[in-house]
Amino acid sequence: MTSSALAFPASGAGTWRQHPLVVRYAPIVTIVLALITIWYVAAVLMNLALVRGGFEREETPYTVSELIAGTMSAERPLLPAPHQVIAAFTDSVFGYVPTAPRSLVYHSMVTLSATLLGFALGAVLGIVLALMIVHSRVLEKSLLPWIICSQMVPILALAPIFVVVLGVMGLQGLLPKSIISAYLCFFPITIGMVKGFTAPDPMQLDLMRTWSATPRQVLAKLRWPSAVPYLFASLKVAITISLIGAIVAELPTGAEAGIGARLLAGSYYGQTIQIWSALLASAILASGLIGLVDLAERLVGLRMGARP
Amino acid sequence: MNPRRLRLGFILAAAGMLLGLVLPPSGRVVAPLTERPILFALTVAAVLLFAAAAWTGGSRAIVPGIGALSGAVTTLALLHDAGIGSSAAAGFWAMVLAVWLGAALCVIELASRRPGGGTSRRVLNLAVPLLFGAIVFYLWEVLVRGFGVSPVILPAPSAAAARFAASLPTLGQDLVQTFVRGVLIGYVIGCGAGLLVAILAHRFAFLGRGLLPLGNFFSALPLVGVAPIMVMWFGFDWPSKAAVVALVTFFPTLVNTLAGLSASGHMERDLMRSYGADYRQTLTKLYLPAALPFIFNALKINATLALIGAIVAEFFGTPTQGIGFRISTEAGRMAIDMVWAEIALAAIAGMAFYGIVALAERATTFWHPSYRT
Repeated sequence: MTSSALAFPASGAGTWRQHPLVVRYAPIVTIVLALITIWYVAAVLMNLALVRGGFEREETPYTVSELIAGTMSAERPLLPAPHQVIAAFTDSVFGYVPTAPRSLVYHSMVTLSATLLGFALGAVLGIVLALMIVHSRVLEKSLLPWIICSQMVPILALAPIFVVVLGVMGLQGLLPKSIISAYLCFFPITIGMVKGFTAPDPMQLDLMRTWSATPRQVLAKLRWPSAVPYLFASLKVAITISLIGAIVAELPTGAEAGIGARLLAGSYYGQTIQIWSALLASAILASGLIGLVDLAERLVGLRMGARP
Repeated sequence: MNPRRLRLGFILAAAGMLLGLVLPPSGRVVAPLTERPILFALTVAAVLLFAAAAWTGGSRAIVPGIGALSGAVTTLALLHDAGIGSSAAAGFWAMVLAVWLGAALCVIELASRRPGGGTSRRVLNLAVPLLFGAIVFYLWEVLVRGFGVSPVILPAPSAAAARFAASLPTLGQDLVQTFVRGVLIGYVIGCGAGLLVAILAHRFAFLGRGLLPLGNFFSALPLVGVAPIMVMWFGFDWPSKAAVVALVTFFPTLVNTLAGLSASGHMERDLMRSYGADYRQTLTKLYLPAALPFIFNALKINATLALIGAIVAEFFGTPTQGIGFRISTEAGRMAIDMVWAEIALAAIAGMAFYGIVALAERATTFWHPSYRT
């Protein structure tokens, strides 16, 4: 990785090198290319034994180029080559109708709905908790330490219990997963919003008092607006955690649909390409969701008079 | 909280305890409270203490505190009676409500106090959340056993604690497998690699400009999803868990350390240059110390991420031990008390890990403004 990245800007000073686009994107492109190259090399090296074994079992003579081609197109490789992953991904996205159980769109939708519901629940819970903590000294002293402690606990370990318990109580499908997502993602929102609600400095609070504003007015006109930047920063963290929660919640219980279920099925049957395309789908989902929160942040910022 | 409401609350609590003496404690026929001398004495003591608290306006939290404690002991002892557990009735619940009210008022009273001294403030800051937690656990215990909630849905904390104590050897094995082998090794590898790559990326700006956005992107991805692949590559035993942990902890370390390495100011860098310090000296004497708060931030984030990563990786296959393995198999067998015992273990391990990292941070970044009071 380092060598190819370092070779690039070594000598000469053409004007195009100072172009802001080049300065900004050339390093990223270089490193992505280096990573892809490493991936291909690793794919060849890791699948070599597998493919050679296959050839030798069938006792067909083989050349080096055949061997390398074999490592790029093995059915169950240890590490599939990038183009195999892309091909499998596009095939499972566009190759089936979106409701077919083999379609990745279907599985992504299952996970996405759990993520969004969990995110909404977690955001509401997080904001309500923050409001309660900001307005009550008792809660701040008694509840906040427990909320912070709860994050040192590997909460994902609770996922199977939730799913099992809620299953016993007759709840299945979307809700248990969403509850796990919500449980995971409320924390950054609570902490962020407590910071945000307490962000106005004493001068501003005093000013509100000289206007004899009620606590509700202080909240609506001072605390909320000053908490908005904190809100979006924490929402961005929360939505990725929410996605992780939804995926992991599908793991220990043998869910039938969803990205986690695809991962689990892929690992049971050794379908590596399926695992990688499910991972690709989750990456796309994650960046899409963050993009959406980013967009919302910008729109709200414009409404509130921020300069673009 | 104003004194009148506090007084009213304590009167209500005393009345609740009295109701417990009068009303039947269970739906079935059991001996009334008046025929159990010790519990009767405790209840009367609780009534008197709550009444005393109401009299004095609750200015001393210790009086109603002892009242709530004796009430809590009474209700817990009553639950041991087979006739009361799972079929508790009005008298019992009146006492539970009274205990809850009394204890909650104590917490409120304590929390609204503003002590002057440093030690007493610290004690108070510790006592309030602990009391709050004790109330939550008490209610959990009483509700589960009073209503006879099926242990499949939610075991009482005492049941989980008993299971914890009874299966210490198993828990110890699981801890070693998951925590010592999987988490610690992976954590050291992941954080170490992240640190080294960050130093390289800081040294060579081109690399840094490329790695920073990628690192930000990767640390937002659900990386635990690579667990099945790692299990396939490294087998069922701890190396696959360590690999997942290393991968999960790598990117937060990279991003945070990069931010920290560029945190030193122009003035300090100029000073190092005027001393004629070479890169290695500048790194060890300026960049790394200045980056320490950021690095510890990453280490703390990673402490929880690492445990989660290892447990999730165990859902995909393990030798027959480990916290994640035990959780998923015992959840499948509906042995929920064992699952809770494992969770308590994971919680203790997680908090201890976090605590050690936080202590190390205190010891090495004592000079940072956020620690100077």
